[in-house]
Amino acid sequence: MSKLNILTKGILKENPVFVLLLGMCPTLGTTTSAINGLGMGLATTFVLMLSNVVISAIAGFVPAKVRIPSYIVVIASFVTILQFVMQAYTPGLYETLGLFIPLIVVNCIVLGRAEAFASKNSISDSFMDGVGIGLGFTAALTVLGLVRELLGSASAFGVKFIEGDGILVFVLAPGAFIALGYLLVLFNKLKTKIK
Amino acid sequence: MARESTLKNMVITLASITLVSSALLGGVYALTKSPIDMAKVAKINAAISKVVAEFDNNPSSEKFAKEMGGKSYTVYPARMGDELVGYAIESFTTGGFGGRIVLMVGFNSDGTINNTAVLSHAETPGLGDKMVEGKSDFSVQFQGKNPEDFKLLVKKDGGDVDAITASTITSRAFCEAVEAAWEVYKLCNEENIKKEVQDE
Repeated sequence: MSKLNILTKGILKENPVFVLLLGMCPTLGTTTSAINGLGMGLATTFVLMLSNVVISAIAGFVPAKVRIPSYIVVIASFVTILQFVMQAYTPGLYETLGLFIPLIVVNCIVLGRAEAFASKNSISDSFMDGVGIGLGFTAALTVLGLVRELLGSASAFGVKFIEGDGILVFVLAPGAFIALGYLLVLFNKLKTKIK
Repeated sequence: MARESTLKNMVITLASITLVSSALLGGVYALTKSPIDMAKVAKINAAISKVVAEFDNNPSSEKFAKEMGGKSYTVYPARMGDELVGYAIESFTTGGFGGRIVLMVGFNSDGTINNTAVLSHAETPGLGDKMVEGKSDFSVQFQGKNPEDFKLLVKKDGGDVDAITASTITSRAFCEAVEAAWEVYKLCNEENIKKEVQDE
């Protein structure tokens, strides 16, 4: 598989949200607006990239029986670093995403890629996989956030273009499921068409 | 591929991975500590200058804690020259729809509310978060009101506050926090009067 293939498969063919249906907790929880979705996606991409590289590098030394605890320590370290950096330099974004940042540790996308890809492939391939899956996740979260923001608060990326409220249910938890459901239908329809 | 899972191998691997991680985290913590503290102070200062009348001292350096009902509130006195122009009181409640809400409530020296600011909250976007200034007119109605004759309860509960539509719980919690700040303000005020009497 070429490097470019590894990168693009994460965005379309193996999109973590729309195809693999992984990482549903941050997907549904943080996407109340497009900005939040984008922020959460980029934060996860950062962790995914670095953890994939490091795990691919150390996979050769780690005995099979302790590989999961080792990977979790690596992932948790990057998440904590991210948390410190966000707190220091983007306090506004940290405030809205604060609760979900520590949850990246247990996001099954990150551990899933570590176990299924990074531990078996070269460092550069793992890096590309991290970027690809991360971008796919970011794209999915941004789209879902945008749809919910458009319908729920009649704005896009925080810019209001119609006065008044939207359909409030889309900002609340049930709206997350509804919007995700319809996006899944659309995505699958598009995917079969392309094939 | 991977080494054999003997006890020695496993212990060495885990120990070295955790050692490297903790060293790295310690380093990043030391590097980001002062920017994090600065960001927190900057946020508090911005809230203070928003909620009280013009001042020329540094309220953050004169802050003191005030106990009330078993809870501790932080009070930031604002002065212009020697004269006290008001207090910014950091108040909180755990009664919000999403849990804890932290407010900064500014009082003028005559006891009227100058302004309020939300420091942190976890209310529902599109509903409860309308208590944040700029998202709706909810917080504006507190400006210039004296809680002596402005009952800090939503109208449904017999007070004077117009609740946010469909967010009564948030509105109640907001009132509760402002009310707590008002009680703290009264405590501070009583002490000031006592002090003045003693000085004379």
